[in-house]
Formats: sequence, structure tokens, C-alpha cells
Amino acid sequence: MAEAPQETLAGKQSVLEKMPDHPAIKAMLAWGVENLTGAIFDRGELTLTVPSEKIVEALAAIKDAGFNAYEDMTAVDWLPSEPRFQLTYHILSHAYKQRVRVKAWVSEADPAIESITSVFPGANFYEREVFDLFGIRFEGHPNLRRIMMPEEWVGHPLRKDYPVEGYR
Amino acid sequence: MLDVGTPILKAPTAEGAKDQHMVLNMGPQHPSTHGVLRLVLEIDGEIVVRLYPEVGYLHTGIEKTCESKFYQQVVPLTDRVDYLGPLANNLCYCLAVEKLLSLEIPERAVWIRVLLTELTRINSHLIWLGTHAMDIGALTVFLYTFREREEILRIFEAVSGQRMMTSYFRIGGLAMEPPLDLFDRIQAFIKTFPEKIDEYSNLLTGNPIFRSRLIDVGHLSPEDAVALAVTGPTLRASGVDFDLRRDMPYSGYEKFQFRVPVSNRCDCWGRYEVRLEEMRESLKIIQQALDGMPGGPVKADAPKIVLPDREKMKTQMEALIHHFKIVTEGFNVPAGEVYQAIESGHGEMGYYVVSDGTAKPYRVHMRYPGFASLQALETMCQGRMLADVVAVIGSIDIVLGEIDR
Repeated sequence: MAEAPQETLAGKQSVLEKMPDHPAIKAMLAWGVENLTGAIFDRGELTLTVPSEKIVEALAAIKDAGFNAYEDMTAVDWLPSEPRFQLTYHILSHAYKQRVRVKAWVSEADPAIESITSVFPGANFYEREVFDLFGIRFEGHPNLRRIMMPEEWVGHPLRKDYPVEGYR
Repeated sequence: MLDVGTPILKAPTAEGAKDQHMVLNMGPQHPSTHGVLRLVLEIDGEIVVRLYPEVGYLHTGIEKTCESKFYQQVVPLTDRVDYLGPLANNLCYCLAVEKLLSLEIPERAVWIRVLLTELTRINSHLIWLGTHAMDIGALTVFLYTFREREEILRIFEAVSGQRMMTSYFRIGGLAMEPPLDLFDRIQAFIKTFPEKIDEYSNLLTGNPIFRSRLIDVGHLSPEDAVALAVTGPTLRASGVDFDLRRDMPYSGYEKFQFRVPVSNRCDCWGRYEVRLEEMRESLKIIQQALDGMPGGPVKADAPKIVLPDREKMKTQMEALIHHFKIVTEGFNVPAGEVYQAIESGHGEMGYYVVSDGTAKPYRVHMRYPGFASLQALETMCQGRMLADVVAVIGSIDIVLGEIDR
């Protein structure tokens, strides 16, 4: 990580100009940079935003570029803004020793995104967790069931409009 | 030499006799599941056909709880996630928030953090070794490892006042200067500990039962391990040479010399060897930390974030105001998001912290190694005997607190 610039690069243009050698940026350029809706380099971490319908394609391109290890995936509920849910994927490269964060947004009206288990099978439990706690559906997931909460539970606890205390 | 390459016995059923399969429920109250893990097994005779881990029995919604606490108040919550490696949790969370704050912490605090985190790793591995051997039937080792663990817990108690839920690391450094005799105590511990590792090794490495229960059991290929997001010693026992401490150093690990043990065996025995070797490497890091321990303060010079010393708080008006403000209102953290990963005893532990600029985290997500390792359980157990499942669960070293959160 030593050679990466330390200052914050906000916006797609400046990241693409200042970090053309980053393997993930190269992969994005090859895949189709017009699909990239945003990019930011902040606190030594690169974040790429892609449209939710292209998430599998984008992650497959990044995986081909050497980001071989799926690390983590979660969601953030930005109630009341729209689109409401931010999905965050962290992908690590064992060869480059770097990490890239890929983000996609899904709306409250139709909280669904394609499952990435075809590219990274390790996302299986993580997608189930997000389904359980945020109520986001993953199309094409092999076993989309609740994982933390009981099967008959009503509601999705990590949503911001879910009460923290008192009776439900 | 043991005959370890015996092929799996063919199930005593006719080809395609699916109705002969039986569904067996194992857990959640089962002594060898290391907590409240429930496995639903489809078995053909004694051969495992499918395996579904069912988790969530220990789900406490700790990520949700974090959202209603001040940043500093989250530290004690993190202890309770992976309760066998409390200081590693503290370290990971503190590093994430310090990254958000762009806070530099003093050298001495960094070194003490490394020192205690490595002790935590030994603590975690000792419990793994004791319980793993106990699952296999070697009950004695458990008593031996808990004897050494007791000394580590006493050291933790001396440092933080708590044996397990330490909460000793704070955002911006440490809670307080460690007690005067601490380094001597740790020195005395690590002087005797190598012989203790030899003692465990003498009890287990040559033990024919232990060997035949582990060798060639729970095969996990490097490709499968990476694909299923397995990390830590389990990944390195599958021949993937990756350790965050060496490859993506955090908290000053680049200053320490150590070897990363890797095994190409891909089985439970490889995991046993790697973890045993890791304890010896941790001792090297501890020795280097003790030898080069710098002086100076243990808290960052950031009066709006770090609580002032008691003495100052009682004598200076300004320090009193800061103290009051931090305790009652917390401190605001600049908006942004960070992902901080560290190598804990079990594998890659990551904290994803999102801040919206207020005094409470907007979202804290915890990535724990056990959750991912559990996905690989089916791959490791398929086509093996039922009794091997117990050995495999022990070898991936899971803690249900970190899986269910």
C-alpha cells in the first residue's frame, strides 16, 4: 500500500486520472468505464460504485484482474434517502496485497440484486445474512433463507426503522 | 508408520438407494460443537452426504446495539463477540475508528497493543488445542493448556482488571499505563512457554489415535479455501501463504520479524501443525516487543477524543470540561467509511465502520473468520465418516459468539 497516494481523491474523474495503474481501475477501464457510476479514494481505501444490475459483471471483471479473495459483504440502510440501501462488497487480492470496495445501491420499493455466489461462492452466508437483517433479496441465490433470526420472524432488525427497544 | 491413506468405506446400501438416507440433527446442545452450533446432516449409513450448518442461536444483534452507543462505548461490546480473543476485537475496532479520525497514536501504545494481541493469539490457540484434543478423546491436554491460559488471563487481569472482557484498548491508545511488573511477568511467561508447547506436542504429535483421527481428514483444497472465503490458519494449512500481519501490516507489525507457518497438507493435521507453529512465532513477536518497548505516553494527544488523566481532570478546569464533554456527548467522527482487517487467532477479522459525522457510528459491520469457515464445513466433511465431522469442527477453530454476533 506504500505506493498508493495518501490524499483523498473524490470523484470518478480524479481517481481514473491519478490512479491508472491500480489493478482494479485497469479492470474497470477494460470492462467499460462508462458503467462506473462513481469512484473515491479515501483514507487509503479505493471505493468503486457500479449500477446494481451490473454487480455480477463488475465483480467478475475485478476477479479476473487478480482480486481473487472475497472478504466481506454487507448493507447500510440510509433511510430516508432514496435509493435506500447501500450494498458493500470487499474484495481482496492476495497477489497485489490490496483491497477494493465495490458499492451498489438498491431502492426501497424493490430491494433486490443479483446474487454474486456464481462468482464468489463464499458470499453465500453473507447474502443470507443481509437478506435476513435488511430484507434485500438476492436473485439466483442457492438457499435464500433467514440465517440469524428464526424462520417465522417478522421484520428486518438492521433496518433503521426497526425499533431498538419496547414492544414491536 | 501409520496407514493413513485408507479409502473411505463404501456405504452398505445399494447404488441409488436414496431412501436409505437418514437426517441426523447434531446440536445445538452438543459438547463438540464449541457452543450452540446446530448441524443438520444427511447420512448414508455412517457417511456424510450433505451437511447444513444452522447458526443464529447466539444472535444478540450486537451490530444494531453499536448504532445506539457512542464510539468509545462500542469497545466493551466488541469483547463479547469473539470472547476467546478479546483484545484482538478491541484492536480491530479501535484501528478502524482511528483511521476514520486520522488519529496518530503513540509508539508505546502501538507496541503494547502488539504485545497483548499476540498473547491473545496464544490464549485463543490454547483453547483451540485443548478443546480440539478433547473432542478427539485426549482429555489430558485440555488441563495442560488451561494451566497456561490461566497465567495469560492473570496477566490480562493485571493489565485491565478483567480476565476475559478486557476492553483495555481505547480509541486513541490504551486505557492506562500497564502495571510496573507487567513486562517481567510476560517475560517469565514466555521463557517457560516454549517447553510447554513441546509438552503438548509430545502428548499429541506422536499419539497414534490423534494422528489417525486428523491425518487426511477434512481435506480442503487451496482453491476451495479461497473461494469459500476461509482465512487465517485454516487457509494457510491449505497451502495459501497469506497473513495480514505480514502482507498488509497494521498497528506497527511491519517492525517485527516473524515467519508465517504454511502447510500444504490441506487436512486437519496441517491445521494442527500450523497453529502449533504460530504459537512459537507469536512468542518471537512478544520477545521483540519486550526488548524494544519504547517509552512515552500511552494515549494520543487529542484532548477532545481521549479522556484526560485523573490527576489533570481533578486539577485543571479545561481537562474537566473535556472529560465532561466526552463522557456525556461523545466525540464526533468525520463522515466516511473504513474497513479495517486484522489477523486474529482464528483468521481475518474485519470491522466496517460507517460514520455520518455524529458521535455514534451509523453502521458497524463485523466480519469474523468463523462465519466464513463454516461455509467450508460441508466441503470438508462430504463423503467422510460421521465421527470426522467432530474432528473437522475442532480443526477450523470456531467461536459461536463471532459467528452469530
